[in-house]
Amino acid sequence: MFALTGQFTLDGRFGAFGGAFVPETLKPALEELEAAFRQMTDDPAFQEEFLSLLTEYAGRPSRLYLARRLTERLGGARIYLKREDLNHTGSHKINNTLGQVLMAKRMGKKRVIAETGAGQHGVATATACALFGIPCEVYMGAEDVERQALNVLRMQLLGTKVIAVTSGTKTLKDAINEAMRDWVAHVQDTFYCFGTAAGPHPYPSIVRCFQSVIGAEARAQILEKEGRLPDAVLACVGGGSNAMGMFSGFLSDPSVRLIGVEAGGDGVETGRHSASLTAGIPGVLHGAVSYLLQDDDGQILGTHSIAAGLDYPGVGPQLSYLKDSGRAEFLAITDKEALEGVRLLALTEGILPALESAHAVAQAAKMAPQMSPDSLLIVNLSGRGDKDVHTLAGEVG
Amino acid sequence: MEELRGTERLAATFAALKGEGKRAFIAYVTAGDPDLETTRELVLTLERKGASIIELGVPFSDPVADGPVIQEAAGRALAAGTTLPKVLETVRQLRRETSIPIVLLTYYNPVLRFGLSRFAREAAACGVDGVIVADLPAEEGDGLRQPLDESGLALIPLAAPTSTPERIRLIAEKARGFIYCVSLLGVTGMRADLPPDAAALLERVRAMTDVPLALGFGISTAEHAAIVAPQCDGVIVGSAIVKLIAKNLDNRPQMLDEVGAFAQALAAAVG
Ligand SMILES: Cc1ncc(COP(=O)(O)O)c(C=O)c1O
Repeated sequence: MFALTGQFTLDGRFGAFGGAFVPETLKPALEELEAAFRQMTDDPAFQEEFLSLLTEYAGRPSRLYLARRLTERLGGARIYLKREDLNHTGSHKINNTLGQVLMAKRMGKKRVIAETGAGQHGVATATACALFGIPCEVYMGAEDVERQALNVLRMQLLGTKVIAVTSGTKTLKDAINEAMRDWVAHVQDTFYCFGTAAGPHPYPSIVRCFQSVIGAEARAQILEKEGRLPDAVLACVGGGSNAMGMFSGFLSDPSVRLIGVEAGGDGVETGRHSASLTAGIPGVLHGAVSYLLQDDDGQILGTHSIAAGLDYPGVGPQLSYLKDSGRAEFLAITDKEALEGVRLLALTEGILPALESAHAVAQAAKMAPQMSPDSLLIVNLSGRGDKDVHTLAGEVG
Repeated sequence: MEELRGTERLAATFAALKGEGKRAFIAYVTAGDPDLETTRELVLTLERKGASIIELGVPFSDPVADGPVIQEAAGRALAAGTTLPKVLETVRQLRRETSIPIVLLTYYNPVLRFGLSRFAREAAACGVDGVIVADLPAEEGDGLRQPLDESGLALIPLAAPTSTPERIRLIAEKARGFIYCVSLLGVTGMRADLPPDAAALLERVRAMTDVPLALGFGISTAEHAAIVAPQCDGVIVGSAIVKLIAKNLDNRPQMLDEVGAFAQALAAAVG
């Protein structure tokens, strides 16, 4: 039911957004990557191997689960959860890393590097590298190393070297900077496994392609269960991979609202947040034109979110395009609301969501009571909350 | 050559050096490290000690092409409140005292935020001659190149050891002023040994264009500079100078002395 080819444009532009703004040294590597991607996604053997990894190894398809008690509690729209948290390694990130590391293997690369925020992409990359026997190094902001300690340990157990990044704000943005510096120095034998649908072309297209399995499955599953499309699909937005993965399944269904939920931190009005689409201005960071949290001089602003995976001042270019074209809507959920989302889902459904995913849950909790009981929402439950128990323990008090 | 500006001033500088059988020593400092008044004095010192072109770094919060030395310099400059308008103002002041070619080295976002056309206009009015944008490859550069061309300023492209022949052709075609040849795979910073890829890159670019070629990244000592100089038209030294600035942050006279002495040695080695 899911195929890789077809709907994927590879010109690197999404309206005024996208492109490849990188040092010249990396430009040929991006061209090589694009050529490899075109060739592999056209190759039935690659498709077959990728799809078989998704099912046999990652445990796909992920369930589309009707959250009955949550729906009852909220008293409105019927809420379905797309259970990416049940994938191997506990989030949607594995869909992308299996695809990219498979590419790395076929391209004959000797080494894989990655950045990670919450550690989920790092764990998923470490996992795929262990599976294919390729050495892996992951850059992670020193602040995230601390707050996502469990994932650091998991990566190390999987044979990956975790490098704590102490420059700048010590979070995801700086981990990407450091990974790009590494790539510049080792570009000939190193594959950069990028974790979200952002960055320079062709990464936004590659990551969306590998994550589009989420939306493709969800669309088929809701049609099977309900006989109709949902009224809205919701996903949290860090860089945009789980959101683009979900949205891509419904882009050509104009009746389906696409709702991206950003990290509102202490509140967008406080300035301590990571809501790039809600409060940012277009600019260039990490290789693409996109909405960006920046000051009047074009310097990138520090961000805050309780969810390490959303704590990033940029966002993928296609989401910026979907915002400007009006096809998708974006809102921000605060740390406090996200924590309430964790509690709500834990107590009504026995599911502990990742703090990132809890942002989408919290937005659903706001919307559902406003909607009629015959309306349908799908929430992308991008990951499980085990990694966050440390942070949550501090908040539960 | 007092009356020349921008791309023409850069061309005249390379031509004059070539006429004397010499090469350009291009000195980099981060503007505003540790403050813009010091930058002004450093530029004048570098010129006095033999630099033929000055590269002024405009600090950016996320310098992905830079190693720790220049990252930290950018951090100091930003902490001191350095902005693109203030750097332009510094160049305007410098123009009362020197006609040495000055090129800005920065990243795309600060320029984009300032406004591409406005930047070209104001940079020209302040006496800037060219711009190097570390994260702006040739195919993304037209939006900035066009207004710079109109103002007579050079958008100086980079070429790297990984650049394919097709890319070098494109870079040469779009080049103004000179081509910044990146001597190695990696970020800016000092290296113990000279990069082995440099000569091959210079040869490949030289085969495609007559535009002056300047070599930079990792050239850390006068000995390095003397070895690479015969292969190119200019030698760029950055981190090794910035390191001397960092070492003498609390002693400005000594900073200027040490930077001056180092510049003199580099100029002699390059000449
Ligand atoms: C569970 C989970 N959801 C969402 C995200 C945000 O990333 P993206 O916007 O790429 O989906 C992360 C990032 O680490 C994550 O771990």
